Amino acid sequence: MALRAIAGKKTLTLGLVLGPRAAAGASAPRTGSGLRHARGLVTFSLPDLPYDYGALEPAISGEIMKLHHQKHHQTYITNFNKALEQLEEAMAKGDSSKVAHLQSAIKFNGGGHINHSIFWKNLKPLNEGGGEPPHSTLGWAIDTDFGSLDALVQKMNAEGAALQGSGWVWLALDKEMKKLKVETTANQDPLVTKGANLVPLLGIDVWEHAYYLQYKNARPEYLKNIWKIMNWKYASEVYEKEIA
Amino acid sequence: MGFHLLSPSYCCGYQASPPISHGLLRFRPVTGIPKPSPKGQLHQSRRASKVLAYYGLTTPPYKLDALEPYMSQRTLELHWGKHHRDYVDSLNKQLVKSPLYGHTMEELIKVTYNNGNPLPEFNNAAQVWNHDFFWESMQSGGGKLPQGGVLQQIEKDFDSYSNFRDTFVESAMALFGSGWVWLVLRTEEKKLSVVRTSNAICPLVWGDIPIIGLDMWEHAYYLDYKDDREKYINTFMDNLVSWHAATVRMLRAEAFVNLGEPKIPVA
Repeated sequence: MALRAIAGKKTLTLGLVLGPRAAAGASAPRTGSGLRHARGLVTFSLPDLPYDYGALEPAISGEIMKLHHQKHHQTYITNFNKALEQLEEAMAKGDSSKVAHLQSAIKFNGGGHINHSIFWKNLKPLNEGGGEPPHSTLGWAIDTDFGSLDALVQKMNAEGAALQGSGWVWLALDKEMKKLKVETTANQDPLVTKGANLVPLLGIDVWEHAYYLQYKNARPEYLKNIWKIMNWKYASEVYEKEIA
Repeated sequence: MGFHLLSPSYCCGYQASPPISHGLLRFRPVTGIPKPSPKGQLHQSRRASKVLAYYGLTTPPYKLDALEPYMSQRTLELHWGKHHRDYVDSLNKQLVKSPLYGHTMEELIKVTYNNGNPLPEFNNAAQVWNHDFFWESMQSGGGKLPQGGVLQQIEKDFDSYSNFRDTFVESAMALFGSGWVWLVLRTEEKKLSVVRTSNAICPLVWGDIPIIGLDMWEHAYYLDYKDDREKYINTFMDNLVSWHAATVRMLRAEAFVNLGEPKIPVA
């Protein structure tokens, strides 16, 4: 499900399954879907940002965006592909302990790819509607579940600031309970590790690399400012699709 | 085996007058006492027999620009002046309301670790200690090779210095998320080992004795090295690590861990 988010609108029945795929357009280059075929094993590639590196200033500097995208996210993808290759080998050999051993690298690097792919879509430049508050269904759901948009923002900021070490803070939809929740995950754990029914609507990266060059140790400042470029439109689209 | 003592002021592993004074048991000097809250004063008058120990921010054993160009002054200013100080202030704030006072820092860490179910004070306490240890693990003109007894022990437990160095670098690179990498003396196995820990955890909680510590939280290197962790780690090993501090710590550790081979007479 989270992998669908990476693939964009292309329907894929992708799991970590081997074998060549005739999936539509999965080998097309600049689709932003981030998928490619190689030797029968699907490899992932870096999705393009839907805006320029400097477009999110002054909330997030261009320097950070460039490093974050070209270095950090790319590294997760490279290591994810490596781990998947090793997994394929280990599975082919029936090496169960190697298969189990690889899980943490897959969760970490795969999670990093998943989370950052969502993150880029969660942000929008100011002059393209970034920061515009949510309306209609998502807006009402926020008021119902948190009292007000302000209250939600305060809660997410508090949890994000209190998170020890590295991790993410999420606005999640529990699609079974049809309720919104604020969750945090450690390191690069994807949101599903907190609950199989949780769908990420918005995620904020609180790893230090996400803000340090600009905000230094002032994580609360970063959290305050990121709402100015939040892409509520994307969150609404995901929300409406899930509860439909 | 034995360490060659350069100064006669060592006795039973305790230093007489330390420039680097990281003891296993010591009371932290109460410098920088925070403004006493009315509650704190009330505590003192009601429980005159109990000592309220607040913790102070100790300064690194060098000026903040001493580690240039390997670790910038700006980084030290932020890392020590903001991050480390924050941990101290937060810990003191927590202790005002908590019954956990009177401990040495090491004791406090073990108590708040609570055998793997850490209390809220653990994070701050451990990070205060970790950062003190980190500053003292570095020196201007550091790096190069360990000498004497430390080198002997490393060669014994890792086969060679370069093996140890590779192990240390690999371990640091393999860390996911925030954490630390340590050269520790394992008290049970009685040998040196490389260990990595997450977030604030430090080997004290398992009763091991840290010899060198490297901060792998992003704030430790991001300003100077951005995402290039490998360069940071290698620079630490080549130019920053204080083998002098390591030697002092090994000497002290020998008072608690018997590293010698037992001389069992053959009948």
